[in-house]
Parts: sequence; structure tokens; C-alpha cells
Amino acid sequence: MSRGEAPAVAWRPRGGRRLLELRARALGVVRSFFARRGVLEVDTPLLQTTAATDLHLDSVPCEPMPGVRAYLPTSPETAMKRLLADGSGPIFQVCKSFRRGELGSRHRPEFTMVEWYRPGFTLEALQNEVDDLVRAVVVAVGAPRSPLAATATVRYEDVWRARLGIDPHTATAPDLRQLACRHLPAERDLVQRLEVDDLLGLLMARLVEPGLQTDGPVFVHDFPASSAAMARLRERADGVPVACRFELYLGGLEVANAYLELTEPTEQEARQRRDLAQRAAAGRPGRIDERFLAALRHGLPATSGVALGFDRLLMFAVGASDLDEVLPLSWEPEPSD
Amino acid sequence: MPSYNMNQLRNGLKLLIDRDPYLVVDTDMVKPGKGQAFTKVKVRNMLTGRVTEKTYKASDMAEGADVVETSMQYLYSDGENWIFMNPDTFDQVAANADAMGDTPQWIKEEDVCQITLFNGSPILVSPPNFVEREIVETDPGLKGDTSSGGNKPATLETGAVVRVPLFIQVGEMIKVDTRTGEYVSRVKS
Repeated sequence: MSRGEAPAVAWRPRGGRRLLELRARALGVVRSFFARRGVLEVDTPLLQTTAATDLHLDSVPCEPMPGVRAYLPTSPETAMKRLLADGSGPIFQVCKSFRRGELGSRHRPEFTMVEWYRPGFTLEALQNEVDDLVRAVVVAVGAPRSPLAATATVRYEDVWRARLGIDPHTATAPDLRQLACRHLPAERDLVQRLEVDDLLGLLMARLVEPGLQTDGPVFVHDFPASSAAMARLRERADGVPVACRFELYLGGLEVANAYLELTEPTEQEARQRRDLAQRAAAGRPGRIDERFLAALRHGLPATSGVALGFDRLLMFAVGASDLDEVLPLSWEPEPSD
Repeated sequence: MPSYNMNQLRNGLKLLIDRDPYLVVDTDMVKPGKGQAFTKVKVRNMLTGRVTEKTYKASDMAEGADVVETSMQYLYSDGENWIFMNPDTFDQVAANADAMGDTPQWIKEEDVCQITLFNGSPILVSPPNFVEREIVETDPGLKGDTSSGGNKPATLETGAVVRVPLFIQVGEMIKVDTRTGEYVSRVKS
């Protein structure tokens, strides 16, 4: 055999055996955690017949059979809810999820998600369980984050009031634009082109989230009604609707997203149709998953559910600043031009 | 000039922002909660050196800046500007003191410098990495001391002051690394 002059191909995984062991240990903790609590592991298909309807999520399309279009799941949510409606009881899943066009230090088009559903749980009960799981994984992974500092529970609006002195649920677009121009003068042009939801997103990312960088878990509750997605709404004391949703932040990193699940099929369909109309106007695909809606009409038990970014949890646990540091192999696209 | 979509943004690209040229030094995607994605870009103003953050929507285009890096030969200074020539086209450009920075203390006529042009005008002039210059002023050192670690300041014919070994004398040529301002070696004539 002669050694040719072929160019060196960088094939080696960056993390080596140690990273593989770390991921395996963390996965083992997740599985034994749920086994002890009687939550059943399931594995729903990665090939789905409908694309996501969420306004800001795009599915990765594929062609599993000649001429048959399918989509990789942005999350296993609708599939798992069909199992719940059929009487599965508490279930969890560790699976790959896919989001087209998402790439950055905290984003990949493909990532590992831990998603679970707890029929009968309130969001408070689910928060405790998320907290327990996160602590168990951080302990298993070891230094430098272990042991974790105390848990904080805050409301979305309180975080905004503390940082920016504004109620995000009632603020108008002009209020938010003025605020954004004051704090982010370089973004003046962008700010003029944004409406309420996007202004909230920009301010959250640039000004509010950095304030959540503490050493312990921070659970943020009661998001704006406009970002309810598949969560129930409830009314604040003053009648302003908020979404029954929480997000877990670890070190300023958004790690988990939980809903008190919307079980009402008419409301769910109306929300999806509204999002689909906006998607269609922008030329983006999306279709109602009729099997999912039929399952809701049959009856979804009252349940809380949560999706947790497994790779991001590891990022936090080891103190990484980029997903590359915790993935067995990096996202390595072939140059397209 | 080209425009770039958010997937094309990468470190090293030059963007035109508020009429100034900016160098992209970092890009990242942010997507809070259920909201839309933004691209957060860290950029350095190529005129002032200031680093700022700019945020774009996923559907935005970023305008490229007409920034070209080229090699040109130093011809002369008229006291206010430094005149350089493209050796292929004989085109000449004038660089002001802002663009020159501390480059004048290193360069002599006919040196080939690296010039960054923005809309055709120089905004940054870098001297050759290594120059050979004559010493015009330095304290007389100890004759024959070629080994001890001591050094002393010496003024070059172009104005820069560098630390040289004690044995270096006025009138000698030395080689200097202009990036660090450090003495490299004596040049045998």
C-alpha cells in the first residue's frame, strides 16, 4: 500500500473519548431518572408527513420514498400528544430534532432534545421535576458547575420591570421602539422595522437575557400571550392574558421550554391556522397535522410538558461557549459555492 | 458592491454601515423564546477601531463596503500627505496622517507598503514587516561587548526609536520587525 498525496481531511472528533463518556453518563442519568419516576420512554418517528406550523420554526424537508415529501420534526410534540391522547400516561423521549436555517454558537439545524409529558402535573410540579433532572445531570457531569446554586423562580414581566422598567404585556410598539433606541442606538434602523413581538424578542436577547446569567437555574414564568404556541392562556389580575409557559435559563442560556398544554382543539386549530396564513404570505410551507387535531378532539388529558435542549444543558454543565464543545461531531457542511 | 444575506455573513467581510467601512469580527444567531431569529454581528469600524454590535433580521441583507487591500510603493511626502504609487498602473494615491498612523517612522522612498483603500482612498497604511535602516543616533556602547544581554535606545534614519544591543554603533544598518518594533539583526554591508 502506498501513501498517496491526498489532502489531509480533518476527520477526527474534537472531544474524543472523554466527551463521549460525558454524554453517555448524562444520557444514563436522564433514563434512570425517568425510570425511577415511572415515566415511560417512547420513540416517535423522525419522518413526519407535515411541516411545522409555528411562525418562527422551519422544518427540514426530505424525500424518504421516491416522490413522497416528508419532514424531520422540529420537536416530537404532536407525535407524543397522540400517544398521550391514546392513554399512554407519563412519557419521555430523547431524540434528534431539526430546525432549518438555525446555526450559531447555541443553534444547530440538528440537536438532541429531551421532551416529556406529565399528565396531571401543574407547571409548578413540572418545574420541580426539571430542576431535579438538571441538578442530577450537572452532578453526574461533575465540575465546574457542581453543585448548582439555588433555584430562582421569576415572572417574565418582573424580569422586564427590573431591567427596563416596563410591563412587556401591555407595552406598545412605540414604547418598545423608544426603549430600544435609547439602549441600543446602533439598532435604530432595525428597530423602526419591527413590531411588538419582534421588539420583545430583540430586547429580550440583547438586554434582558444577559441579566439572567446567574450560577443557578432561573425559571421564568408567564410569557406574552402572543407566544403561547401550544400553551394555555390565563388572565392576570388586571385581565391581561399571559401564556402558561415557563422557560429555564442556565447561565443566561435558554435550556428548556414548558407548557401547561392547550387541550382545547378549536383554539389549537385557530392558532395554527392563523400562523399558517402568515407563513403562506411569506411563501413558507406548513400544514395542519390533522391526526394531531383529531387526537385533541378525542381528548388530551390535562398535562404539562417540557422540551429540554440536551446539548445546551451540557454546554452549561461544562462551561462551554459553543455547541461544538459538547457534540461528538461538529456540523460540517460541504461548501456549497 | 455585493450585498450579503445572513447565511453569507462571516468573519473578515467588510460591511458598509452608516457610510463607514466595518470589518466583521464575530457573527452569531440569536432566537429568544418562540420569537424570530436575529443575526448578531460584532463589527469593527475600520476608521475609528471602535467595536459595536449590529443586529439583523434573518431576511435582511447587509451591504458590502468597497474595501480593497493592495501593495503600493511609497514615493514621497509633501508634509501633509504621503504619496503612494501602484507599480502596475502608475496610479497615485495620497494618504493622510490618520491613515498613516505611526507608519512614517519606519518607511523610506521606494518601500512597498500594504494599503487598505476604501472607495479608492487609503484608510490604513502598513509598513513592510521588516525594514533595514541606518542608526543615526545612539550612545556609544562598550566596544567588543557582543554577548552581554544589555541594550540601549537607538534612533533610525526614518525616526523610530528601537532597543538595540550595546555593541551597535551610529552608522550601522540594522533589520527591524515593524510589527513589534523589535531589533532583529545587524545587516552586514
